[in-house]
Amino acid sequence: MWERVKHMLIKEFIQIFRDTKMKGVIFMMPIIQVLVFGYAVTTDVEHVSTAVYDLDNSVASRELLTSFVNSGYFDIREYVATEERARDLMDRGKVRTIIRMNSGFEDDLRAGRTAQLQIIVDGTDSNTAGIVLDYSAKIVSEFSRKILQTQAARLTGSPQELGKVEMQTRAWFNENLESRNFYVPGVIAIIVMLITLMLTSMAVVREKEIGTMEQIMVTPITSAEFILGKTVPFALIGFADVILITLIGVFWFDVPIRGNLGLLFFATSLYLMTTLGIGLLISTVSQTQQQAMMSTFFFYFPAVLLSGFMFPIANMPTVIQWMTYLNPLRYFLVIIRGIFLKGVGPEILWPQMLALLAMGLVTLWLASSRFKKTQA
Amino acid sequence: MRPIRVWAVARKEFIHVFRDPRSLAMAIAIPMLLLVLFGYALKLDVDDVPIVIWDRSESHASREFISGFDGSAYFSIRDYVRSYPELEHAVDSMQALVALVIPENFARRIDSGRSASVQLIVDGSDSNTATIAIGYADTIAATYSQDVALREVRRSGARDLQLPTDLRPRTWYNQDMESKNYIIPGLIAVIMMVIAALLTSLTVAREWERGTMEQLISTPVKGSELILGKFIPYFVIGMFDVLLSVLMGEFLFNVPLRGSIFLLFGMAAIFLTGALFMGMVISILTRGQLLASQLAMVLTFLPSFLLSDFMYAISNMPRPIQLLTYLIPARYFVVLLKGIYLKGVGLQILWTEAALLVAFSVLMVVWANLKFKKKLV
Repeated sequence: MWERVKHMLIKEFIQIFRDTKMKGVIFMMPIIQVLVFGYAVTTDVEHVSTAVYDLDNSVASRELLTSFVNSGYFDIREYVATEERARDLMDRGKVRTIIRMNSGFEDDLRAGRTAQLQIIVDGTDSNTAGIVLDYSAKIVSEFSRKILQTQAARLTGSPQELGKVEMQTRAWFNENLESRNFYVPGVIAIIVMLITLMLTSMAVVREKEIGTMEQIMVTPITSAEFILGKTVPFALIGFADVILITLIGVFWFDVPIRGNLGLLFFATSLYLMTTLGIGLLISTVSQTQQQAMMSTFFFYFPAVLLSGFMFPIANMPTVIQWMTYLNPLRYFLVIIRGIFLKGVGPEILWPQMLALLAMGLVTLWLASSRFKKTQA
Repeated sequence: MRPIRVWAVARKEFIHVFRDPRSLAMAIAIPMLLLVLFGYALKLDVDDVPIVIWDRSESHASREFISGFDGSAYFSIRDYVRSYPELEHAVDSMQALVALVIPENFARRIDSGRSASVQLIVDGSDSNTATIAIGYADTIAATYSQDVALREVRRSGARDLQLPTDLRPRTWYNQDMESKNYIIPGLIAVIMMVIAALLTSLTVAREWERGTMEQLISTPVKGSELILGKFIPYFVIGMFDVLLSVLMGEFLFNVPLRGSIFLLFGMAAIFLTGALFMGMVISILTRGQLLASQLAMVLTFLPSFLLSDFMYAISNMPRPIQLLTYLIPARYFVVLLKGIYLKGVGLQILWTEAALLVAFSVLMVVWANLKFKKKLV
């Protein structure tokens, strides 16, 4: 049996790597993805381009603008003289925020009346807009407090300290709040899934499509051996990608690994059982590579989107949250982030590992029993 | 170029498509699935952040401070804990993302006009959510400090003193700040890229792999006619997907469409042409379906998803990546879609993006024609 499996493995490896471009893709794809996620994917909002429509143009209004600039969140792009110009800049997307102060801003402050200012945000990106509004509220509150302080000093005749809450923030597990520490381990999970799903399903279907399946069926190889031959190479490629991304993550992006690497590989093998099983299942229901690719994506998109990789599961509707329990990626993400960032071990991660093991056994069993039928 | 030969190839391709109803169904189901997921299930907005509070002060002042968190839509108080291990457990087990510790001397310090420090512990693993949550908490603290200051000044004499400033926020284009209003238009661009990747990237490679390319070579059909013929059916499917997405946006998700619908479909047709021909170029260059599918994934789907301003704002990315995004056609289409949908602007503002899209499509059409050789080797 092992002799036959060995030949099958050799054949598969020759087939994958015969095309030099394929080598490039298998290893370039993870590198590109990890670089994109390491650098590009961030929802931190800083340096929001801002237009200022300051009709008061006074010491007080300029002082408030300075605190906007000093916060680091706002970059003043232009001082506009008309409302039309401000509107135009927003329409063109040149600025995302307009700060507007009417004349009388300073007079109101002096007289102890409420001075109004308006913040207009581009709501197209509602997420950024919400954060910008929140930043402004904070800056304006702090400005108000400073004004109150001078007023208090004027009333009592001496400099006055007023009560204040100071927030001391500490982030656990990711002290500097680097988004790459969150995404880079996650990329391992999504890449391994994509590579194994697609390679397995398409490799089996290709034999059907170009007719070489018949040749394999006349050889003495059994279907178990065939399945092994079609999954082991891709499992190995999956492992190679795990190592590759981990190396880039650690040496290029300085992502910490606080937990046990051995545990990471063990958990990866549990996870691979599931993804290879699903890849095989897709191959049993597909006749052409196009169908296999489409079916893979039909599974892959929701699996990634509903895994907590980019969108927190806690934000999803309850019914969808239940559905995510069927998603192997969800469990593997908890494991992989736990190992990288939190340094936790099996004592905390065992439920996730158990879930992956169960899913892996079920899908592999389903896939191989269906596989035998479709071959007959 | 003879229309009859183009039509013959197109008919052959249509037959291929209809003979494989499952692929056709998926070409329609995948966009719908993505729309439904993004419309209903996925939110980038951070709200209802679970928080646990350890109030060691248990005073009027601390309760007033906490009410700022209670009243905020951004936080949802899960529990009040009474010890540090309890707090640690809540964060470790992910029951809470944020923990607030109010010190014993809180009320004393606030009431005597000094500053009181409170501690905020966040689970930083999801740094994006954590950063936003910290921002919200800071604002609550700043607002509270402002209120305390006002009260103290009033007490020391100026009884009818008003709050010095009043911030009037206004949101343009998307008044209710609903994320679906900007996700759905951008998603149309992503969907079209995905469809192009799934459909045309395999179409030429398949002929090579199955050996049917030899039969095509022996016919009088010219390279450009073959490419055009292969393009037509997928263009029809792609435009149907656009129509479907626009209809779902309109009737299912109530995304406002403020601009011209003709401009929308016109631009979609141009972008789709470019995307389909890009898939074709991939297919022509690789000649193998497995490789083509992998390349399509890297070159079309990933950039259009992550680097197009679809969800992650380009202005927040580091400078070199921002420059890179200028090479991604989906970026221009996303700007066009958001402009047409939410801002209701037209070509007088969006002409640069429109021109660049046309350039992209022309480039891809020319490239596909140059690269495709009707030869066996």
